[in-house]
Amino acid sequence: MGKIKVVQYINQFYAGIGGEEKADYKPEVREEIIGPGMAFKAAFKDEAEIIATIICGDSYFNENLDSAKEKILQMVKKYNPDIFIAGPAFNAGRYGVACGTIAEAVQTEMKIPVLTGMYCENPGADMFRKSVYIVETKNSAAGMRAAVKKMAPLAMKLAKGEEIGSPSEEGYLSRGIRKNYFAADRGSKRAVDMLIKKLKGEEFITEFPMPDFDRVEPNPAVKDISKAKVALVTSGGIVPKGNPDRIESSSASKYGKYDILNYTDLTSETHETAHGGYDPTYANQDADRVLPVDIMREFEKEGKIGELHRYFYSTTGNGTSVANSKAYAAEFSKELKNDGVDAVILTST
Amino acid sequence: MKLELGYIYINDIKFSDLSKVENGTLYVNKEEIEAMILEDENVKSVKVEIAKPGESIRITPVKDVIEPRVKVEGPGGIFPGIISKVETVGMGKTNVLKGSAVVTTGKIVGFQEGIIDMAGVGAEYTPFSKLNNLVLACEPVDGIEAHEHEKSVRMAGLKTSTYLGKLAKDIKPDEVETFETLSIVDSIKKYPELPKVAYVQMLQSQGLLHDTYVYGVDAKRTLSTLINPTELMDGAIISGNCVSACDKNTTYHHLNNPVVHDLFEKHGKEINFVGIIITNENVYLADKERSSNWTAKLAEQIGLDGVIISQEGFGNPDTDLIMNCKKIEEKGIKTVIITDEYAGRDGASQSLADADEKADAVVTGGNANELIELKPMDKIIGDIMPVNTIAGGFDGSLKEDGSIVVELQAITGATNELGFNKLTAKEY
Repeated sequence: MGKIKVVQYINQFYAGIGGEEKADYKPEVREEIIGPGMAFKAAFKDEAEIIATIICGDSYFNENLDSAKEKILQMVKKYNPDIFIAGPAFNAGRYGVACGTIAEAVQTEMKIPVLTGMYCENPGADMFRKSVYIVETKNSAAGMRAAVKKMAPLAMKLAKGEEIGSPSEEGYLSRGIRKNYFAADRGSKRAVDMLIKKLKGEEFITEFPMPDFDRVEPNPAVKDISKAKVALVTSGGIVPKGNPDRIESSSASKYGKYDILNYTDLTSETHETAHGGYDPTYANQDADRVLPVDIMREFEKEGKIGELHRYFYSTTGNGTSVANSKAYAAEFSKELKNDGVDAVILTST
Repeated sequence: MKLELGYIYINDIKFSDLSKVENGTLYVNKEEIEAMILEDENVKSVKVEIAKPGESIRITPVKDVIEPRVKVEGPGGIFPGIISKVETVGMGKTNVLKGSAVVTTGKIVGFQEGIIDMAGVGAEYTPFSKLNNLVLACEPVDGIEAHEHEKSVRMAGLKTSTYLGKLAKDIKPDEVETFETLSIVDSIKKYPELPKVAYVQMLQSQGLLHDTYVYGVDAKRTLSTLINPTELMDGAIISGNCVSACDKNTTYHHLNNPVVHDLFEKHGKEINFVGIIITNENVYLADKERSSNWTAKLAEQIGLDGVIISQEGFGNPDTDLIMNCKKIEEKGIKTVIITDEYAGRDGASQSLADADEKADAVVTGGNANELIELKPMDKIIGDIMPVNTIAGGFDGSLKEDGSIVVELQAITGATNELGFNKLTAKEY
C-alpha cells in the first residue's frame, strides 16, 4: 500500500490569509501543506501525505452553505483521497459548523472516512458528533499540538479501516452509539462498588449517562371534532388476521397500513395482535379493545366525529427503538396529512 | 435472621433407576419425574431430557430455570406458599444442589420465552449453559387457556426442583456459607459507623402473564414491603412470567440474587446491609405512584443512606425504575440503579423509555437489541419453530441450516437487571 492520501480543509485564518476581515474568502484549493497541515505532516511521518488543502472563509461558507458545500465537495472529489480532515476548529463556532457540515457531506457523498476536531462546546460539536468523528480539543489554537496528537493516529486508523476504540481511548466526542462488551466484574458487584463510592462522595462513572429526554408537547385541541376526519394509529400491534406483513412481536422493523373501509367492528375472525409485550388473549378476542373501530363507527354514525379515516397504521411498540418509531411516524404522518386527516387517536398497550 | 447455605457441588447429571446424589453426580429416575408431572390433568405429555455444559444442545422456548434446594433445619420449606406451607423461611439450614438446574420448555405460552444454547457463542450470554440441566418439555392438553398453561408448566418446574432438592437433605455439604441479618436496631448498634444500605428489588407485575409471586401472593396485589435477604434464598420469591427472556428474572435468579450476595460481601466492612424492600411494577399510573411512594417512604423510615434498585423487564417498568430512583433521591438517600438497554440494533437510539437527571449512577446489563448469530446445534429440546416470533426474533430468524439470527433479547438471562452477568454496554 502506498501512502495514505489526505485532503485537509481549513479556514482563512489558519491559512494565514486574514481574520474576520477576510472571512468572506471564497473556496480555493492549493496543492500544498498549509498551517496546521505542517503539524499533521510531522505526525503522519511517512505513512500519509496531505495532497491538497482547501481553504474557505467562515462567513462565506455559512452564508453560501449549499453552493460552498457543493464547490468544496467537487474539489475533494478531484483528489479522491483516502481520508478527509477538517479543522481542527477549537472553539470557533462558524468554523466548527463548516468543518462538521463539509465532513458530513464528504462522508455521505464519497463514502470515505472523515475526521474533524473541535472544543466540546463548539456549536458544531452537538450538530455533528453523531454523524462524524470529532476529536475533542481545547478551546483555543494553543491546543493545536494536543489536538494533532490525537487526530493524526485516529485519522490513520480510520483510513485503514481499523477498529475504532471507545471515545476515552481515542479521544473523540461520544457519538451516542451503545456497544456491548463483557466487563471484568458482574453487574451487581459494579453496582455495589458504585454505591460505596457515591456514599463516600468519591468520583464514580455511571455506565449510562441519562439522555436529554424527548417530551412531545400536545397540539392545540381540534376546533370542531364533529367535522374532523379522525385516524387510528396504534403501537399495540393490531393487524389483519395472519399478520400479512410479519410485523415482529418485539423490536418491530416496520409498520403496517391497513384498510378498514368495510369494517364496522373488528373480530377474532378478522384481526389480531402481533405484539409480544402483553398477553394477547383479550386483544385477539376483540381487537377493538386496542384499536376502537367499533366505537369510532358509532361516533361517525351519530355525527360525533366527521369521519373515520379509511386506513389505520400499526406497529408493535415492544422493544422497538425510539429512532425507528420516530422514522415510522415521520413517514406516515405525511400520508395522514396528505389524506386530509385532522386528528389521530394514538393507542398504546 | 440467620441461614446456613450448604453447597453440594454437582458436576454431572445422569438418568438412573434410582434418584440420588453421589460423588457430585445427580442421578435422576426419569419415570418418577414424568409420573409426577402428569398428575396435572392439564399436562398432556412431558419429555424429560438432560443438557450439560458444552453439549451441542439448544433449549427453546425456555420459560423458567430453577435451582434445587431443600430445607435441612429450621422452619418451613422451599417455595413457601406455593410448594411448602406458608411458614416464614430464611432461618436454619438449607442445602443447595449447586451446578444443577431444572429448565422448563415445551409449546410456547406467550411471545416472551427464550433460548439457552449449551455450547457456542450463545452459551457465553446465558448463565444457564454452565449448569447440569434437567429439562422438562411439557405439552399442555388441547384447548387450554394460556394462564392455565403457564401455571401448569411453572408448577411442573417447581415440583421437579423440590423433588431433586430433597435428594440432598441428608448429604454433607462441600461448603457452607452463612448469611445473617440482625434487626435494624441491632444492626445499627453493631455497625454505628457504617452507611445503612438496603436493596430495592422491583418485581415484574405487569399482569397478563407477567407475574411474580411472593409467598404465593401475586406481587401486583401487594404494597411495597420489607423482606429478609435469606428469605429469598429459600424461595420466597418465584417467577411466573413471560417477560422478554433476556431480562426476565427466573426463579434461579431470585434464589441466587447477586445484589444480595454482593451486598453481603461488603456488609460489616464498608456498608451495613440492613435488608430488602420489595416493590412491584404495575401498569396503572396510580399503582406506580403508590408503589414508588411507599418504597421511598420505607427507605426514609428505616433511615437509609443508600440503596441499589434493580429492575425486571423494560419499557413500561422503566417508568417505575425512574420514579423509585427519583423519589428515593429526593429523600436524600443515594441510589444506584441496575437496568438494561433497548438502543436499537445499531445502538444509536435512546436506551430507556424514561429518564431523570437524578439517575446519575446507572449499571447496565447491555443493549438487548444487539444482534447475535447462533450456529446450528445437533439437538433441539422443546420447539424450534417459535424462534421467528419470540421477542427478539423476526421473520427469517431461523435459517434453513438451523442457525438463528436474533437479538440478545431472545437469550434467557442475557441482559439480566439484577446484575447477574458481566455483559454491559458503553458509548462509542
